[in-house]
Amino acid sequence: MSELNELTLAEARDGLRARTFSARELTQAHIAAVEKARALNAFILETPERALAQAEVSDAKIAAGEGRPLEGLPLGIKDLFCTHGVTTTAASKILGGFEPHYESAVTANLWRDGAVMLGKLNLDEFAMGSSNETSAFGDVVSPWRRQVDGVVSEARIVPGGSSGGSAAAVAARLCLGATATDTGGSIRQPAAFTGTVGIKPTYGRCSRWGTVAFASSLDQAGPIARTVRDCAILLGSMAGPDARDTTCADLPVPDFEAAISRGVKGLTIGIPKEYRVEGMPAEIQRLWDQGADWLRAAGATIREISLPNTRHALPAYYIVAPAEASSNLARYDGVRYGLRVPAGDIVGLYEKTRAAGFGREVRRRIMIGTYVLSAGYYDAYYVRAQKIRTLIKRDFEAAYADGVDAILTPATPSSAFGIGEMASADPVEMYLNDVFTVTVNMAGLPGIAVPAGLDGQGLPLGLQLIGRPFDEETLFAAAQTIEDAAGRMTLPKPWWA
Amino acid sequence: MSVDAQTVRRIAHLARIAVSEEEVGPLQGELNAILAFVEQLGAVDVEGVEPMTSVTPMAMKKREDAVTDGGRAREIVANAPETEDHYFLVPKVIE
Repeated sequence: MSELNELTLAEARDGLRARTFSARELTQAHIAAVEKARALNAFILETPERALAQAEVSDAKIAAGEGRPLEGLPLGIKDLFCTHGVTTTAASKILGGFEPHYESAVTANLWRDGAVMLGKLNLDEFAMGSSNETSAFGDVVSPWRRQVDGVVSEARIVPGGSSGGSAAAVAARLCLGATATDTGGSIRQPAAFTGTVGIKPTYGRCSRWGTVAFASSLDQAGPIARTVRDCAILLGSMAGPDARDTTCADLPVPDFEAAISRGVKGLTIGIPKEYRVEGMPAEIQRLWDQGADWLRAAGATIREISLPNTRHALPAYYIVAPAEASSNLARYDGVRYGLRVPAGDIVGLYEKTRAAGFGREVRRRIMIGTYVLSAGYYDAYYVRAQKIRTLIKRDFEAAYADGVDAILTPATPSSAFGIGEMASADPVEMYLNDVFTVTVNMAGLPGIAVPAGLDGQGLPLGLQLIGRPFDEETLFAAAQTIEDAAGRMTLPKPWWA
Repeated sequence: MSVDAQTVRRIAHLARIAVSEEEVGPLQGELNAILAFVEQLGAVDVEGVEPMTSVTPMAMKKREDAVTDGGRAREIVANAPETEDHYFLVPKVIE
């Protein structure tokens, strides 16, 4: 039954409904795949007993004809979502053995709809990173390998970040889909690096309640899965109003799955000239042109547009996000939960605990955030960055007011790199990974990454579609058009098993 | 703007993160690389632009002023490193 984990989420759902196999069989196939894939380090915690218990409930529900939307479908959960009674780490030492007494809104929605939890997925510490190399639980290894002169290299490749465990687990068929979060590109960049589909919905579409906070005005949850349809199904369950998050929109959740078959006929797709950045590999430009051709062939009108403030987005992000992080992460003080390093006085306890508990990248970002918020610098840095954010958002509003329905860009400026290859670079070079995705967070818009081809090394490349606020449906329709034209990505054979 | 070693120590203290003397130099370099990167924003004309306060136009949700939760002292202290009688324990702060 091991091939059951090769199904898409939609195929697995239909198979369960037709009783071709049981939720228990489906779950066992995934548990076996997870156990054999420990070399990828995608999971921080495996929860097979819980998965089998949930599968048993699902089989009973299906037998009684009471199957729910995600009944019996095994998923991985990024370890940034608090799960009741199951250790939640944010991939940091500072949370120690934190065991939440509550369930995040997003995961509660998934269990309400009958999903099965296989375990908690690795990530960059507090979701800060673009390669999953900042986790206190070790690097995640991509299932993808480079081909050098036609020979497969054994060099380990990063899955991207921060949702690196989610992307690697989905690409390696360890789960049918996974939850992820995106503050500057943390769903879309790892999806692009691993040949999977990932959507960051509009800010406010999913509740942030119970998800460990990084930068509250930018953070959004979303799914990573192997097809556009699977992402649409998962987002339909994850999203929805929640009174406990005051920024969560009181809007009904559309039928995202129905939207994928709408097509793009009559839509206007914008191509922003500012995304043609210096030094972009020719194969990414070629793929971008190819994506535009696919959409045109399916009936869309392609139009060049201008988003003049694009180049300010990344520097402004590296003020806003660390500032909010320094505030959010002030709560980790060794008093209420997590790690505690004893000291003679309270300030010493805070300082020693936080020095021992936070990794290098997190410490660096907290310090930048502290600096830009400190007296005398607040206006020059933080207020200025928030003004620039207004300008970035206006660029998009002008394009949409001018009749553009969605915007097509590359998802990343390169394909995945090797583990350790960026170690000697200064932090800014790693930050450049998010140059195409971060504008979307700054403007609160929805963005989807969809695989579109391979580069010369045999590594996947993705395209990004950016939509109007709360119009994820158009993104699903356009992404499906690209998936149909490009053909489903052929994922790597399990060398790790 | 760039930070000197003394400023690095001051920021670390404000952030309540202990920094050893060996760490100050490398941190100074890393922070200055990031600050140099964001420096370009100084050239952007933001005259008359409102700073963003909400990324989507929405009124803050309000609810009735009523008790909706509580009585969870045991759960709240359950993950604390040191507690006594549902209180968090810290080193003495007042003589």
